[in-house]
Amino acid sequence: MDDKTLNSQKNKRPTRLTRHLNAKIASVPMILTAVVVFVGCSVWTIVHSFTKSRMLPKLEFVGFKQYDRLWSTKRWLVSVDNLLIYGICSLIFTLVIGFILAALLDRKIRFENTFRTIFLYPFALSFIVTGLVWQWILNPDFGLQSLVRETGWSSFTFDPLNNPDIVIYGILIAGLWQGTGLIMCILLAGLRGIDEDIWKATRIDGIPIWKTYLFVIIPMMKPVFITALVLIAAGIVKVYDLVVAQTSGGPGLASEVPAKYVYDKMFLAQNLGQGFAASTMMLVMVFIILIPYLYLQYGGKRHD
Amino acid sequence: MTDASATTPLDLNANAPRGQKPKKRFAPRNIMLYATLFVFAVYYALPLYVMIVTSLKGMPEIRLGNVFGPPLEVTFQPWVKAWSEACTGINCDGLSRGFWNSVQILIPSVVISIAVASVNGYALSNWRFKGSEIFYNILIIGAFIPYQVMLYPIAIILRELNLFGTLGGLVMVHTIFGMPILTLLFRNYFASVPEELFKAARVDGAGFWGIYFRIMLPMSLPIFVVAIILQVTGIWNDFLFGVIYTKPDIYPMTVQLNNIVNSVQGVKEYNVNMAATLITGLVPLVIYFASGKLFVRGIAAGAVKG
Repeated sequence: MDDKTLNSQKNKRPTRLTRHLNAKIASVPMILTAVVVFVGCSVWTIVHSFTKSRMLPKLEFVGFKQYDRLWSTKRWLVSVDNLLIYGICSLIFTLVIGFILAALLDRKIRFENTFRTIFLYPFALSFIVTGLVWQWILNPDFGLQSLVRETGWSSFTFDPLNNPDIVIYGILIAGLWQGTGLIMCILLAGLRGIDEDIWKATRIDGIPIWKTYLFVIIPMMKPVFITALVLIAAGIVKVYDLVVAQTSGGPGLASEVPAKYVYDKMFLAQNLGQGFAASTMMLVMVFIILIPYLYLQYGGKRHD
Repeated sequence: MTDASATTPLDLNANAPRGQKPKKRFAPRNIMLYATLFVFAVYYALPLYVMIVTSLKGMPEIRLGNVFGPPLEVTFQPWVKAWSEACTGINCDGLSRGFWNSVQILIPSVVISIAVASVNGYALSNWRFKGSEIFYNILIIGAFIPYQVMLYPIAIILRELNLFGTLGGLVMVHTIFGMPILTLLFRNYFASVPEELFKAARVDGAGFWGIYFRIMLPMSLPIFVVAIILQVTGIWNDFLFGVIYTKPDIYPMTVQLNNIVNSVQGVKEYNVNMAATLITGLVPLVIYFASGKLFVRGIAAGAVKG
């Protein structure tokens, strides 16, 4: 070390207290964030979800009344339905497409970097940009539908953003476009971590490639898949910007999602109680997903 | 260097591949492989292409054709209009306002969040104190809590601090929500720095800040780059916090973009909309294409939580 540090050694012997004091001072923002924001604010919201707050939060408890009303509101039920459809499809397709792309890129191909760059760039873009560009591509008069009709198939109809029955799939197309690259990247990292000898062994045994993937490689990548799964799931619950940009929840209520319900109730409709109850339900959803993960991640690892 | 290679030509030859060059295979399987990749590449590249071509067309051309056709007559008018004339509500000074707002939000948010998280990660990896791991675990689990649960109480806190609707308030929110992932990133990185180095510095009498600024900081530039990439794209793309914690005249670019494109008044100018969309996406795209592998590393680091 240089002279300055050497000199300071003589006149200052760090005691246990000052050493810890500095680290503690440095950790104050983290402690505040953890305690005040993550724990404090969440508890505050949960507590207030049992009150009859409307314009302003107030502590007049009404039991589960807000939840009763929430679960009998059509808009909330539509939102939860949409989240389920979007969530399940997004989970399946993201994993399948992400894995297929990762596996293809892992076959020692040329232009790997070019392909990866193309698959991943949407992830750099915001959901607002994603929503707007897909709104334009799915525009019935100028976009995909009109392109196919120009080729002669004049009865072709693909107008998801104006059809309440399939609007959520229109959002799904955009969501997949934005998010699969990330999962591909993570799964590719997982594939690269697999020992080359495994491949040699299966080749010698004459096992077909698809069988090797299905019965050897995928089971070996379980931890990577769990990470990917949790990432996708956490993203799904938060889906908000995409819907706002692409459809604003329309047509009608057809593409509403829980996160949008919360925002609208809290900041537009001034019905805080409903907003608190809805956001608490979102928290419950996340924990239903998260608890098995935490159990697998930390509960299972105790042995080593 | 040149001397060495000139004097030892034999060694170089020994390392070069010998025998026949392996034949390039164009087996049906490989063609399938590239075809599949190509189809996917089209799906992923299409929206960027559509954004670019639409933003370069005039409105009459858009009304006649479809979104996929290349522009017959290239015009930059939509870009100019999106940047300096497009209207949001009563303001008609284009996206430039949102752009500068976003810059003003971005710079302090990135600097402060990374400064706080790096020192914090350093404290957690090298200067553990009683309870530090508990707080850290709360922080990491907290990263999974939907923002919606904390939105309102944070608004109250910001109001109490007189920060609601200001840039400072938004910077604080970004610092808070960037903390879990950044702390994790830095903590894991600093933990991989050899223990001996740290001990040697301690023996030489360097303290908490001395070791941080003289040893850890210079050694960890790559992870700082990763953190910067992560934060710049994340904060630039934020919509939720921007729309809640700021007022219309300091709305970040994403919020303003959404207001321009999804405004119900007037005739829809698709070319201007796409130019605006592209301009908004430009900052993260430039970062992405410029940073290459580091971006991937940043994502992978961000992805492997816990």
